[in-house]
Amino acid sequence: MSFINWVDERFPATKVWNEHLAEYYAPKNFNFWYFFGSLAMLMLVNQILTGVWLAMSYKPDAGLAFGSVEFIMRDVEWGWLIRYMHSTGASAFFIVVYLHMYRGIMYGSYKGPRELLWIIGMIIYVAMMATAFMGYLLPWGQMSFWGAQVIVNLFSAVPFVGEELGIFIRGDFVISDATLNRFFSLHFLLPFVLAALVFVHIVALHKVGSNNPDGIEIKKNKDENGIPRDGIPFHPYYSVKDIMGVVGFLILFSLVLFFSPEMGGYFIEHPNFVPANPLQTPEHIAPVWYFTPYYAILRAIPSMMGSAFPGVVAMGAAIVMFFLLPWLDKSPVKSMRYKGPIQRVALGIFVVVFVILGVLGTLPSTPALTLLAQVCTFLYFAYFLLMPWYSKIDSTKPVPERLTK
Amino acid sequence: MSAAGVDLKKRRFLTTATSAVAGVGAVFVAVPFLGSWAPSAKARAAGAPVEADISKLEPGQKMTVKWRGKPVWVVRRTEQNLKDLSKITDLLLDPNSEMDQQPEYCKNEYRSRKPEYLVAVGVCTHLGCSPTYRPDIAPADLGAEWVGGFFCPCHGSRFDLATRVFSGVPAPKNLEIPPYYFKSETLILIGEDGGAA
Amino acid sequence: MKKLIIALMLFATPMISMGSSSAHLDSAGVDLGDKESLQRGFKYFVNYCLSCHSAKYQRFERTANDLGLTVEDVKQNLMFTADKIGSTMDIALKPKEATGYFGVTPPDLSVITRARGSDWVYTYLRSFYLDESKSTGVNNVIFPDVGMPHVLWELQGWQEARFKKNEHGQMEFEKFELVKAGSMSTEEFDGAIHDLVNFMTYLGDPSQMERKALGIKVILFLLVLFVLSYLLKKEYWKDIH
Repeated sequence: MSFINWVDERFPATKVWNEHLAEYYAPKNFNFWYFFGSLAMLMLVNQILTGVWLAMSYKPDAGLAFGSVEFIMRDVEWGWLIRYMHSTGASAFFIVVYLHMYRGIMYGSYKGPRELLWIIGMIIYVAMMATAFMGYLLPWGQMSFWGAQVIVNLFSAVPFVGEELGIFIRGDFVISDATLNRFFSLHFLLPFVLAALVFVHIVALHKVGSNNPDGIEIKKNKDENGIPRDGIPFHPYYSVKDIMGVVGFLILFSLVLFFSPEMGGYFIEHPNFVPANPLQTPEHIAPVWYFTPYYAILRAIPSMMGSAFPGVVAMGAAIVMFFLLPWLDKSPVKSMRYKGPIQRVALGIFVVVFVILGVLGTLPSTPALTLLAQVCTFLYFAYFLLMPWYSKIDSTKPVPERLTK
Repeated sequence: MSAAGVDLKKRRFLTTATSAVAGVGAVFVAVPFLGSWAPSAKARAAGAPVEADISKLEPGQKMTVKWRGKPVWVVRRTEQNLKDLSKITDLLLDPNSEMDQQPEYCKNEYRSRKPEYLVAVGVCTHLGCSPTYRPDIAPADLGAEWVGGFFCPCHGSRFDLATRVFSGVPAPKNLEIPPYYFKSETLILIGEDGGAA
Repeated sequence: MKKLIIALMLFATPMISMGSSSAHLDSAGVDLGDKESLQRGFKYFVNYCLSCHSAKYQRFERTANDLGLTVEDVKQNLMFTADKIGSTMDIALKPKEATGYFGVTPPDLSVITRARGSDWVYTYLRSFYLDESKSTGVNNVIFPDVGMPHVLWELQGWQEARFKKNEHGQMEFEKFELVKAGSMSTEEFDGAIHDLVNFMTYLGDPSQMERKALGIKVILFLLVLFVLSYLLKKEYWKDIH
């Protein structure tokens, strides 16, 4: 005890422990959907740890990169495990983050006073996409090369300065050694930025308090000691629950990691086992699955006035829409539990549309599929842009005073 | 909250059990991360045993081969060299090779399998420089008592022609003798005992 | 419940949409547990592939150990391209020379089964047919106009391909007809290619047997930990009403 006192006089260890764990009161009705926040943190740690270790044997050199990955897979002791933890972890990270975001949308966690919390979360999502995109170049396979080629050319579609912008990003006229080197450097840096953003995300969360499936503010109903009547200390209740969630998740994660790390070509794409060849594009190129919804939107928009820029704008706008959610939703209630049929149906359609776009993004485009992608793109934007209207006219159910089960 | 009816014993047991099993898991997770620092298959292949062809080595000459990235000397000692070895034993720190710096089969006066041939890792046991071969007798810089040996230019350590270290120099041990064996009369394999240790 | 279904859908998305391949592929029947097949495949690989193609990321020693062969065995019978057991399966043929012979550089085969799929390689190697218009004298149904000659003709013999018009009026492959027998019957040859592709599947990811064995242990361990953490959670949550 005296040691703790000694520390506490110099560093607020007990204070931080209490404020953020032992006396941080979270609503007692968290369900299945509330596992994904802690799982996302677990995946970030996994990616940083395995990534740092991979960097010990990887060579960011256009002539050596492909071989150095095979070197890791074959010659480095346990290299195959660390590499698959990283490649499977990338996809798993996106899965848990998408579910985490869906949870936020379903229970209105972006609504006041949590707008900033949501915005920080979206910044994390965008930073994650940038990190994943740069990391995907590193194995220097055909998909790495041509995927990067296509995405960097999105910037080249910007009117007037696009051409120069593309060259600036690549550091060359094509994706080359220079691009590989800078992407490697940034791919190493960005995860630490992500970690800092996650810290800010949690600081913001602990300021406003956690939302819950009922979308009720538990701080409005406190007992005589100032403790929310529907709150329970995060530690030990949610710490033991999250540990259970982590172990359950790790079982699913291990199933993929040990028995199907390629996941049928979706987690590691087959053409990426052919070294990058700037002279030959693979027959069909598709980004990794977590980018495909946006890729489908990009392809759905035809070029206008000789410019591919509209598609790029649509793709960017599709991501920006999420940032605007706190102000698009005019419903007086937060949680889908108490929203009316219009908003429920709208969310259902949105989820289906998002999944369809994701599937379309992996397929070669045909006229019929392009039409489907256009319809889905329209519905995607309609979900967001019409929200101020339909969320206002929708009926609501009465929100209870206290949390329900 | 944690009011009556709480089975503290069970709670403590489950906490301990879960922590213990999770702790074991954490140790398991550490294995691949630490294990990956071991020499890779590539490094091990580069560190494989190497052959030294001694057919052209004249008495008094030294040749150097690379084994695991380190210089390994093969010296063909003359009759006189071998006689001189026993004369200087009282100047040496470990004349009988008591310290574990050689395979069992080299724990003799000559520190070798065959008296004529010395095989030693040419890395000073002080701070890792590679000593210079000085077979000349009583040179001006090394003094009248010098009967041939190795001199480390970094910090002045001295070794005799069996790479035994002199007393009173910075190096604390005799040079290391690698495992080796004679594949034939003229071929030495360095890095392997050849079964007969 | 509805939410659970949505969650499952999100998890399952990658699996629904398998890309379709144009040509029909025969199953290679990969079985990495069959050590003897892998050993035979290794022998074919070294004898028939490893003079024009390299497998430069894989080491002989590793292969010997994984396949249950002794180092001496491999050194005596299977190492034509290298002299040290620790060396990789590289070849002396320079890419530039090869381009002169074949028009293209024969690709490295270390991960070819991961790039193309084992079934593709299995079908490809059995699909060479006589075509006088080609400089190699052969063409391939799976890989039209391929630069590779029919290396295995001594074993398979020579076959011709029959094509027929399909309903869209396009020429479609129908079947092969053996015109000159090789040293192996068709069944024996298919068996040899099975062994070869089996080995090449191992070659694509040599740690995969070890990986699956470890996976079972990891999952059993996690199941134990899950039961404990579930009981712990349940015990604490007795407090919450």
